Order: sequence, then C-alpha cells, then structure tokens
Amino acid sequence: MARHRGRGFAAINYPIGMNLGGDPSQALVHANPDGKFTVALSSIDLGQGMKSVTRQIAAETLGVPVEDVWVDTADSDTGPHCMGSFASRGTHRVGNAVIAAAREARAVLLEAAAEELEVDAGDLVTDGRGNIHVRGAPARAITTMAAAQAAQFRQGRTVSGRGIFLIPLSPVDPETGEMTPVSCFAHAAMMVEVEVDDETGEVGVTDMQSAYEVGRALNPRLVGQQLTGGAWMGMSHALWETTEPFYPDRAHRPVDFSAYLMPGPGDLSSHHISILERPAPDGPYGAKGPGEMCANPVLPAVANAIWDAVGVRVDDLPITPEKVLRGLRAQGGARPRRRG
Amino acid sequence: MIEFRKEFFADERDDDLKEIGRPTIRQDIEGHVTGRSPFFDDHLFEGLLHVRCVRSPHHHARIRRIDTTEAERSPGVVRILTGRDVPRNLNTLLSLLDFGIDDEPLLAESRVAYMGEPVAAVIATSEARARDGVARVRVEWEELPHVLDVEEAIRPGAPVVCEAYPTNRFIYHGRYDHQKLRFGDVEAALRGADHIVEGRYQMSPIEQAPIETCGAIAAPEENGRFVCYTSTQALFFSLGTAAKMLQTPSSRLHFIGGTVGGGFGGKVDSLHEPLAILAAMLTGRPCKYAFDREEEMQVGAPRGAERWYLTDGVMGDGRIVARAFRGYFDSGAYTRLSSYAIIKAVGHLPGPYTIPNVAADVYCVYTNRTPATAMRGFGITGVDFAIEAQMDKVADRVGMHPLELRILNAYRDGDMKAHRREAKGCALVECAQVVAEKAGIALSAAARAASSRTGGGGERGRLPAFTATDGKGRVEGSTSGSYARKSAPGPARAAPAPGRPPAAPPAPAAAAASPPARRPDAAGAPPPPPGAPAAGRAAGGGSMPPPAASPAPPPGPGTGDAARRGALRFSSLSGLRRR
Repeated sequence: MARHRGRGFAAINYPIGMNLGGDPSQALVHANPDGKFTVALSSIDLGQGMKSVTRQIAAETLGVPVEDVWVDTADSDTGPHCMGSFASRGTHRVGNAVIAAAREARAVLLEAAAEELEVDAGDLVTDGRGNIHVRGAPARAITTMAAAQAAQFRQGRTVSGRGIFLIPLSPVDPETGEMTPVSCFAHAAMMVEVEVDDETGEVGVTDMQSAYEVGRALNPRLVGQQLTGGAWMGMSHALWETTEPFYPDRAHRPVDFSAYLMPGPGDLSSHHISILERPAPDGPYGAKGPGEMCANPVLPAVANAIWDAVGVRVDDLPITPEKVLRGLRAQGGARPRRRG
Repeated sequence: MIEFRKEFFADERDDDLKEIGRPTIRQDIEGHVTGRSPFFDDHLFEGLLHVRCVRSPHHHARIRRIDTTEAERSPGVVRILTGRDVPRNLNTLLSLLDFGIDDEPLLAESRVAYMGEPVAAVIATSEARARDGVARVRVEWEELPHVLDVEEAIRPGAPVVCEAYPTNRFIYHGRYDHQKLRFGDVEAALRGADHIVEGRYQMSPIEQAPIETCGAIAAPEENGRFVCYTSTQALFFSLGTAAKMLQTPSSRLHFIGGTVGGGFGGKVDSLHEPLAILAAMLTGRPCKYAFDREEEMQVGAPRGAERWYLTDGVMGDGRIVARAFRGYFDSGAYTRLSSYAIIKAVGHLPGPYTIPNVAADVYCVYTNRTPATAMRGFGITGVDFAIEAQMDKVADRVGMHPLELRILNAYRDGDMKAHRREAKGCALVECAQVVAEKAGIALSAAARAASSRTGGGGERGRLPAFTATDGKGRVEGSTSGSYARKSAPGPARAAPAPGRPPAAPPAPAAAAASPPARRPDAAGAPPPPPGAPAAGRAAGGGSMPPPAASPAPPPGPGTGDAARRGALRFSSLSGLRRR
C-alpha cells in the first residue's frame, strides 16, 4: 500500500462574451458640478469586481483619479440596459461601453477647459491627478473641478457621456456550423501534481503550476484572486463536487454543505500562477475575461495526473475514491507511468 | 504565488497607463467586510410575506388535482397561487433572444417533469407558516414513466419529457435535431491516420453553490409600480422575463440589484422575480421568494451533465488530422439555456488546436431531472475536460510528452478554425512553454522555438477543399427558427393558447443563400475575411411564430391599465427580427 505521485497537463482557450454576440451593454457617465464622476450601469457585481474594474476603466479614460469616480449599479430606473454578468462578458462588454461613455464625457470636459484656458481642446491633456493642461506646458492648466464648474455654471454644458458596446449577432449555418463566435480568446496551460493513495483511492492535489493569458490584467489583484479561486473550483469539480453522485441515477443527492463535498482549507494546494498579457484589439485596454476559464484546465489536468500516478483513467467526473479504487482493482493495482 | 511575465507580447502592449494595471482596492470592499453592503435579502419590509412552493415528489407525474382548502385555513396563510394565477404561464428564458419556443410553466398545471418542480406557491406571514401551509396542500399525482439518461431519452418509445419537443431533443434552425459542425472530411482522414484514439467522457451535474441563495423581494411602489430587489446576474433579462410572464409593461417594474453574493451562472435563470412580484400584485403586500439551501442544491438549476464521445485520427509524428465529436447535453426537463450552450460549444471545437478535419453532432436532450443552466465555463468546461483528457491519451499513444503534443498541434495566428474564421490573438503555445519551464520539462528545440505569431496561416489558413456534409437528423414538419409541431399531445390545460399561425413553408431565399456545402476550394484563394458572415443568410432559414398574447388580464393593482403586451426581445437568434 503506497501513495503515488503523478503529474498531469492541460491547455485550453476560452471564448469571451456570449459567443454569437448580440449581447449589448450600455453605460452613462456624468460629472457632478465639482468634477466628480458617476458611472451608471445595470451590470451586476457578483463579487468578481464589476464595480471596481469599470471604475478604473472610467478613471483611465476620463483622465481623472480613481477616487473621483463612483460606479452606481444596478437600478433599472437609472442604469441603462446591460445583458448581464455571465459568459465572461462583464469586463469585456461593459468595459467597452464605459470607455465609450467616458470618452464622450471627457470630450465635453476638455472643451469646457479649452474655453476657460482660451486654447484648442485638441491641445489639452489630462495628468490623471485632477488637472487638465496644454500638452507640453503643464503651467497652462485648469483643474477638472474648475472645468466642470465652468461647464455647469458658465458655459451651460453637460459633462456627460453615453456608451454602448455591441458585437452584432452572428448567424449559425445549420449544415456546417459556420459562425462568427466571440471576439477574442483567453488562454491557459496547467500542470497539476497529485498524490494517489492506492489503498483508499483518495487523491490529493499537492501542487499546481499554471500560465494564464488574460489580454490585460486591468487590476492585477482582482485577476490574481479570480485565477486562484477559479483554479480551486476546477480542482473541486475534478475530485469532489456533484449534485448527483451516481448520475444518471438520482439517489444520494446532497442537500447541504455537509453532504455536498468540496475541498476544505486543508485540501487546497499551492498554486504558482504566471500571467501573460496579449491585448485583445477589441478588449477594453486589451482585456479579456479571466473569470470562467481559470477553472477549466484543472479538471483534465487532475484526471491526467491520476493516470500518471497509478495508470488509472477515470473519464467520469468527479473522480471519487470509489472510482479510483475500482480502476485500481480492475488492473490489479497501481501502475505508475511517471512521464515527468 | 502570482507573477507577471511582461516579456511576452510586450510589443503589443502599452504598459504606461495611470489607473489600468494598478491593484486598486475594490470600491465595495469596506461595505462587504463590515456587513453594510445591501444585498437583496436586506430589504426586509414591514409586513413582509413569505412565499414557499409545493413541489413534485416524482420525476414525472400527471397532476390530477390540487386541493388547497386545508392549507388556506392554515394559520398565517394569506393566499395560495397555482398556475391559473400566472398571466402567461409558459416561457423559455431564451425567448428574449428569440431562440426556442416557450416550454416551461412558472407553476406546473397538468404535469410535472422533474422532482422538485413547483405546482403551487403558498404566501404566508412567516417562512415557518408558509412551510406549514405547503405541508397541507394535497396534490393527487398519477406517476408516469420517466427517463433520466440522455441516450435512453432519445431512443424510440422513451417517455416524452417536454411537450414542446416531443422527441426529447431541441430542434436547431427548424431543420435538425442537433447542431452540426462540418469541416473537411473526417471519415477519409480517419482512414488515412496511423492511430485512432477514442474516448467517452462524462461531466457531472454541479451546484453553483453561491453563499447567497437565489431570491427576490417584491413590493408595491406608488402608482401601480412594483419594486423588486433581486439576486439576479442579469437585471434586464430578469425584468424582461417578469414583464412577459406577468403580461405587464416593463415600465411598471423597478428592478434593483447589482450587489450579489456569488452567482457562478446559477442566477441567470430568473424565476424568482416573477413569482415574488405576482405574489405582491395579488396580496398588495411585500413578498419574498427565495430558495433555502436544499432547494438551491436540488431544485435550483445546476451545471448540466454532458456526455462526449471523441474519435481522433493521429499520425505517427503526433499531428492530429481528424477529430469527431458526438455530444449530449442533459438539459433536464426544460430548455433554459442548454440549447445556447451547445452553439457555444460547437463554435469552440476542436479546442485550441488546428486540425484539418473536424465534425461534431451535439444534442440538447430532455430528461426528467432538474433543468440545467449556466455555470462558470458554460458550454466549454465539459468539452474541455473531454478534449484535454483525450489529448493525454493521444500523447501516450504516440509517445510524446503531453505539452510537446499540445504545442505541435496548437492553433496559431492566421490558421483557419473549424467554424470557418481565422484565428487571431493566439497564445496557447506561450502558455504551454511557460508551464514546461516551471515544471522543469525539457521541450524539443522545435517546441521551444514555436510561437503563436509564426507558423500559422498559409496552407493552414485555407478552408478545406472538400467538406463532407449529410442530412442526418433532419426534422420533418418544422419550419421555423425554433420548432412548430404538426400534431402532438395537447398542451397544458390552462396554458395560454400560443396562437401560432399555420406553419409557413421554408423560406427558399434564405436556404438558397446558404453556402454550398461541398464547395471546391479555389486553390490559393484567400480565406474569407474574419468576422464577415455571409450576408443575408438567416440562421434559421424560416420564421418564428409571433409571440402569444395571453388572454388573461394583468392581475392585481393596475388591472385596468392598457398594458402594451408582448414579450420584450433583445435580439434574434432565429435570424429574423419582427419589431
């Protein structure tokens, strides 16, 4: 009776947004009289950071500090239409809508500033710290607050902008499946190391080494959290989770967290993540959505690692100790492969 | 441990931005960690009523009678709703995309098709009293034969699960009982391959397991409007669904959400909002309808199980020359979002590899289990498991390291993908190289030198000279982007008459505009520009019946409103727009 180590690999890509398009999102941006901005959305923050990412995108595009922007979502009376937070579409679709809205608002802000400074708006730049100045002449400046106040109270302008992002719906050919799915793909590769107990059939994940390509990490901390948690979810899908342990039979269905199995803190493995960024031409500042795809490579990598460790292929998820033991019994014990 | 590998693709990136790329603290984190962020369940109105559902204990049964008399006398019970109270008690979530026909009641009236399907809703002064009321509702059931396995469900003679789709398969484009992918000639390539590698892969149903269960609280606002606080992942999707099922103008609905305790896909199916609002309309009081944990796990729609069969043709040097898929998505008793997930899966095949011959037949199958829905990686996670477990078997067969095999077959910029569009922005090779380096694997010189930006296009960028197509799975009597029945068992007794027009003949113009399936490739001809689908080609090749107008009047306050009825529609997957 022994524990056997094995390593498994997987590589994946992932489509960003509803794959056929036809899923618009809108954003509205406006300034208060003192140059602080509100972004109105109807998008949903599920904990993934929708509010925070759109806030950073708006600040970057407006050219103001992130503290000067607040994201308000989701109220159907005030937030314009959004298809929803699913299909890795939030950052990509809503982010682009926010850029469009923020650009429109920024243009008004610069026009207001230009009128105050008596220069051409095309010569103005923002320093991202609350100032607008003539390119190459930081002394010829006005604060965003003063520009917004001038727009509101002297010039009669609304410092506001509307944005929408839509990838038109693609048809699908019934005969060949020809279609124009998605706009960009995220990528990942994964190595998972496991330890398989040939007496109990239990599998422990001992290490993960991964590379994720996400277009651009708009907020590296949020991306890191998504990838870390998502990979654990993938590990959980591979080894633990199911609402029907004997699918398609419906017996022994769990109804709470004491029977619905998931890894506990002691089951989580170390995970070394490398993030690559190949910007998507149509992504907001090149971003793709990291949220969904981070789980996907872990499932097959775990299965492949178990095969490497003991020579048992389990192609039915989740890979429970029972399935591993049955496989071991069928082949008369562990047959380590150790391909490295 | 997280590191950024900025040296990759640095020339394609402007790293000199001010706010983008900074680890800014979340806007909402302080509210979250101090318990002050308002979630839907924090809106506990004075006099809030609680809704709990009476659910089917059977996989499949006819409802002979629902007797609510005892329950109505139960302490604290204010009102009991059945399907007759729902103005339009038949819906499919994707009707907002004009995809598929209405197939699912909010409260079943004549038949239940899965264990846990709701047949009545008890509205009471507390959750406990609502539970007591539920226990006192008497339902007379007549059990019916059921089917739980996808491949058994599509055998002749299997019990009909979903009346809208009598063969237990979703109908694609009004033409086939599955979605096809055809690229090149898989059969011929398999005959010429050195190795054939086969596999069968089974995904399990999985619970999204958010900390906050699905729910909504609705309350009358002033002037005949209703506010609805909801945990939805898609505010306007939910609003549209509620407006349709309640036959009320969207202007009477005020949806508030946006701060949600985890979703993972399980909060896209919006069926809490219409029931909570209906309860508020009929009682004139604020009402809450939320899953408890047991309902969340067994009635709330899970990640659907998928079954995939793969056949690969592989050359001795590791090149994969053919890959065939047969897939079955277990949709459960109703369609929800599974039909769409299949389209997503088909557009994803054969995974991130350039394979010159690819075919797939993917079926959306109805079984007598909890309807499936979205979950993280929807349409992709299951088939990625199949593809990547299969890649491991291929590597073993040809004696290559698994990462070496993946880099050899990886798609690169300019390659032609199986859905007939050019690959762009690829980065699989680089990800595999980084993992090999971290895992201490000595790749071959060729794999080390490989790049997603070189080696693609050219021959690899051309459409196949010949594509084998077939008419297998052709559906008769279907004319639309969804499915029109010629004759079928009668619909649910009190279901609103759908008012479908006589089936129109297939639109010949749309059919003729389809690309010739067997087209000789003009040697050296450039591939079609990416992102340019053939103009004028309707996906469905036909028309959808118009939306039904329910004869039932809008309930509750504002009954006299001249509501402009009809479903809110975002876009049309059947290829036609009507409004």
